[in-house]
Amino acid sequence: MNALLANTPIPRDLPLPLPVPEWVLVVCLVVFFLVHILFVNLMVGGSVFVVIAEWMGLKNKRWDALAHEIAQTVTVNKSLAVVMGIGPLLCINLLYTMQWYSANALTGHAWLLIVPLVIVAFLLTYLHKYTWDTWTSGGKKTLHQLIGIAAMLLFFFIPLIFLANVNLMMFPSEWEKVRGFFSSLSIGNVLPRYLHFMAASIAMTGLFLAGWFGRKNADLSHLDAFTRPELRRLFYKVCAYVTLGQFVLGPLLLFTLPSVGITTQVYVIIFSGAAVGLLTVLVLFGELKRDDTRIGSRYWLIVALFSFVVLGMGSGRHVYREAALAGHKAAIKDRTERYAAAVAEFNKNLAAAPAPAEQSAEQLFMNCAACHAPNVKLVGPPLTEIAQIYAGNPDGIVTWAKAPGKKRPELPQMPPMIHLGEANLRKLAELMLEKGAAAK
Amino acid sequence: MDFPSYYLDHLAGGRLIIGLIATLHVLINHPLAVGAYPLLTWMEWWAHKNNRPDVDHLAYRITFVVFIVTTTVGAMTGVGIWLSTSLFAPFAIGSLLRVFFWGWFSEWLVFISEVALIMWWFLTWKKADTPEKKRKHIKIGVALSIMSWLTMALIVAVLGFMMKPGEWNQTRAFWDAMTNPLYLPQLGFRTFFALMTGSVFLWFASFFFTKKKSALNPDPRGLREWIVYRLSHVVLISLLGTFLFGTWYWNAVPETMKANSSVALLTQEFMNWHGQFQTLLGWTIIAFLVVGIGGLGSSFMIPRWALLIPSFMGIWLLGHFERAREFMRKPWVIGEYMYSNGVHKDELAFLQSEGLLKHATYVKHREITEANKAECGQDIFMLACSRCHSTTGLNGVIEKFTAMYGADKPWDSAGMQLFIKGMHQTRTFMPPFPGTDAEAGALVAYLQQLRANPQTLPGAQSAGIVIAPETTKPAMTAAAQPKR
Repeated sequence: MNALLANTPIPRDLPLPLPVPEWVLVVCLVVFFLVHILFVNLMVGGSVFVVIAEWMGLKNKRWDALAHEIAQTVTVNKSLAVVMGIGPLLCINLLYTMQWYSANALTGHAWLLIVPLVIVAFLLTYLHKYTWDTWTSGGKKTLHQLIGIAAMLLFFFIPLIFLANVNLMMFPSEWEKVRGFFSSLSIGNVLPRYLHFMAASIAMTGLFLAGWFGRKNADLSHLDAFTRPELRRLFYKVCAYVTLGQFVLGPLLLFTLPSVGITTQVYVIIFSGAAVGLLTVLVLFGELKRDDTRIGSRYWLIVALFSFVVLGMGSGRHVYREAALAGHKAAIKDRTERYAAAVAEFNKNLAAAPAPAEQSAEQLFMNCAACHAPNVKLVGPPLTEIAQIYAGNPDGIVTWAKAPGKKRPELPQMPPMIHLGEANLRKLAELMLEKGAAAK
Repeated sequence: MDFPSYYLDHLAGGRLIIGLIATLHVLINHPLAVGAYPLLTWMEWWAHKNNRPDVDHLAYRITFVVFIVTTTVGAMTGVGIWLSTSLFAPFAIGSLLRVFFWGWFSEWLVFISEVALIMWWFLTWKKADTPEKKRKHIKIGVALSIMSWLTMALIVAVLGFMMKPGEWNQTRAFWDAMTNPLYLPQLGFRTFFALMTGSVFLWFASFFFTKKKSALNPDPRGLREWIVYRLSHVVLISLLGTFLFGTWYWNAVPETMKANSSVALLTQEFMNWHGQFQTLLGWTIIAFLVVGIGGLGSSFMIPRWALLIPSFMGIWLLGHFERAREFMRKPWVIGEYMYSNGVHKDELAFLQSEGLLKHATYVKHREITEANKAECGQDIFMLACSRCHSTTGLNGVIEKFTAMYGADKPWDSAGMQLFIKGMHQTRTFMPPFPGTDAEAGALVAYLQQLRANPQTLPGAQSAGIVIAPETTKPAMTAAAQPKR
C-alpha cells in the first residue's frame, strides 16, 4: 500500500452499504465495460473508415459504395455504444463513488458537454447517412464529406472526456492541481492511453468489418466492384498492421503509467495478454497469406484470441486501478467509520440527555427576532407598532400568527407559526406586547 | 457534501440544467416513444390487415422521424439526467444508486431492449415484404411499445421512491416505492398523457407526409382523413384517462405533502402550485377536447397550427406537474433521510454542535477567525446553500435577503444570523442550517461582503479545490465537549 501524500483529499464516503457483493460489481464493471468499449471502438473506427473511403471514392466509385455500407453500421453501433455504456457507468459509480464523482466535478464543464456533443455527433451521422444518395455531386458532395469529417472529429474528442475522468479518478493526490478539463489532461498518462484507444478502434473495426462483409449471408449487392475475399483481405490487413503497431503503443502506455498502481500482478496480467496478442497477430498474418478460397476460415479463432487479449488488458487495467487506489480507499473507509462512530456516539448521548426544559418566552422569541425588532422595521413591523395594534389583545396576535394574511403590500407575507403551538404563541404574544410597550 | 462542488453561479447553482435536460427528455419520451410506438404499430397492423400500403408507408415515414429523434436527443437526454445529476448532486444520485440498484439495473436491461427493438423495427421495415415477415415485423412493434412503457413505469417508481417518506430508510426495500400512494395515479396520468400528445404528434406529422400524390400515396386527402378521424378517437379517450388520473393525482398530492412536511402545514407556494395545476389541467383538457371533436367532424376543420395550442398546453401542464415532484421533496432530496444540501438527517445535530468546517474535506479553513470569517462563510455557502441557490443570480441569496431586509438600508447581521438558524421552521421547504452559531455568523459575513461587492462564485470545475488538513484532535462527542 502506498503512503498517501499530505494534500490527498480523504472525503467521507456515503454511509450506505454496496447493494451487491463487491466482486460482482467488479466482474460486471470489467465485462460490461469491454462490451461498451467494443461498440465505441466500432463507432469511432467506423467513422474514420467512412471518411477515408468516401474520399477515395472521388476517384473510384467503388470506395464510395463501400463507405456508404460502413456508414450504415456506424449509426447502429453508436446507439449500442450509448446503451451499453450505462451498465459500466452504474458499476463505476458504485465501486468508486468518491473518486468518480470527484473527477466528474473537477472536469465539470467538459463532463456536461458530453450530452450536447454526442447529440450533435449522432445527428450528423444520420444526416451523413440519409443524404448519401441525394448529395452526390459538386458542392453538395463536398458538404456531405465535411459532415462526415465533422462527425468523425466529434467522435475523436468525446472519448477524451471519458478518458480524462477515468484517468483523473485514479490519482487523488493530484486533484489539487486540477483547474478544469484541459489541465486534467496533464495528469497521469492521458495521451498514450488515447493513442492506444484510437489504434484499438481502427483494429477492432477492421476485424468487425472483415466478419461483417465476409459473412456468408452478407448482402454485397451494393458492393459489386468488390469480391468477398477481397473485402476480407482488406479489413484483415488493416486489423493486422494496426495491431502490430499496438506493440509500440501498448508498452508506451504501460511504461508511462504513474508508478503508484504498478504491481507484479499488473505486469503478469498485461504481459500474458500481450503474449496472446502476439499469437493473434501471427494467426492474422498467417490468414492473410492464404488464397482467396480459404481466407476467413479462421475468423472465429481470431475473434476468440482477441477476446482473451482484451479481457487480459481489461483485467490488468482494473488491477492497476485497484492498486493505485488501495491506500485512498482504505483511508476513506477509515475516515468514514470514525465519522460514523462519532455521530453515533453523539446521537446516543443526545438521546440519553434529559429532554429540554420548556422554552422560555425569551428563547422562543428567537423565532420572531429575525423579522421583528423592537423599534425598527426589519422584515416585518417593529414591536412598537405591533403593541399598538394589539394592545390588550394578545389572542389577536396568536390568531394572526397561526394563519397570517397579507396586510402590507411593501413587505413579504409572514409565514405561519402554528408549529410553535398555541401555548407558546400565547407566551410570545404577551412578551411582544411587553417589549413593544417598553421600547416606546 | 463531501465532493468537490461543481457550481454554476448564474443558473441557481446549475440545478436548472438538470431541469432543462430532464424536461426535454420527458417531452420527447412521452409523446414520441410511449405514446407514438403503440399508435404506429397499430397503423402498421391495420394497413397489413386491410391491405393499405399508403397507411403503412405513412406509418413508416412518421417512424423515421421518431427513430431519429429518440435515438439521438431522446436517448442522450436520458443519459444526460444522470450525467448532470452526478455533477450537481452526487451525494443524492450516489445514495440512490446504492439503495435502488436493482431498479436501475432492470431499467438498464429494459432500455437495452428498447434501443435494440427500435433499430430492429425501423431498419427492417422495408425488408418485411411477405405476409409472414410482416406479421413478425408487427410483433417487434408490439414488443417495442411494451418495453418503452415499462421503461417509464420503472423510472416513475424511482421518482416515487425519492419522495417516500419515512419508510424506506428502515426497510430500504425496492417494493416500498411501488406502494407509494402517488405511484399509480402518476403512472396512469403519464400513460394517457403520452397517448394523447402522441396522437397529436402523429396528426401533426401527417400534415407533412400527406401533401403530395405519389405511387405509394395515391390519395393523400383520403389518407389524411383516415388518420385524423382515428387519432381524434384516441385523443378523446386518452383525454378522459388523463383527466381522471390527473384528478386522482391532484387529490392524492396534499395527503403525501402533509406526510412529508414535518410541521404538517401546506406552504403558500404549494397551495399556489396546487391551484395552478387544477386550472392548467382543465384548460389543457379543453384544448385537446376541442381538437379531438374537430377532428371527428372533418380532418380539414383543424388547421396545422391549431394543433400547436394543445401541444403547448400539454408541455406547460407536464412541466408544472414535474415541478410538483421537485417541490414536494423539499427540504429533502431523499425523504426523511437526506436534505437537499446532502446533509443526512441523523448527522444534523452532530454538525450543528461540532461544525461543518471541521468535518468537511474541501474547505480552506477549519477554525473561524476574524480575518478569515468571510472566506469561511464562502465555503459554508458552498457546502450548505449552493445546491439550490446562486449568490447574485437566479434564486440568489442576495435577492432573497433583499426581499426581506430591503435594498436601500444596511442589513442587521445579528438578525440575519438568527434568521438563518431558524429559517427551516418558518420556511419549511428549507433544510435546517447544518452548522454552529459561529458558522452562521461566518455565512452572514460572507453574504454582507457579497452584497457590498457582488462577485461570481466559481465552482471546482474552474477554481479547483483546496484541502485544509484534517483537525488533529479526535472528533469530540457531545458529552466530552467543553462548555463554551
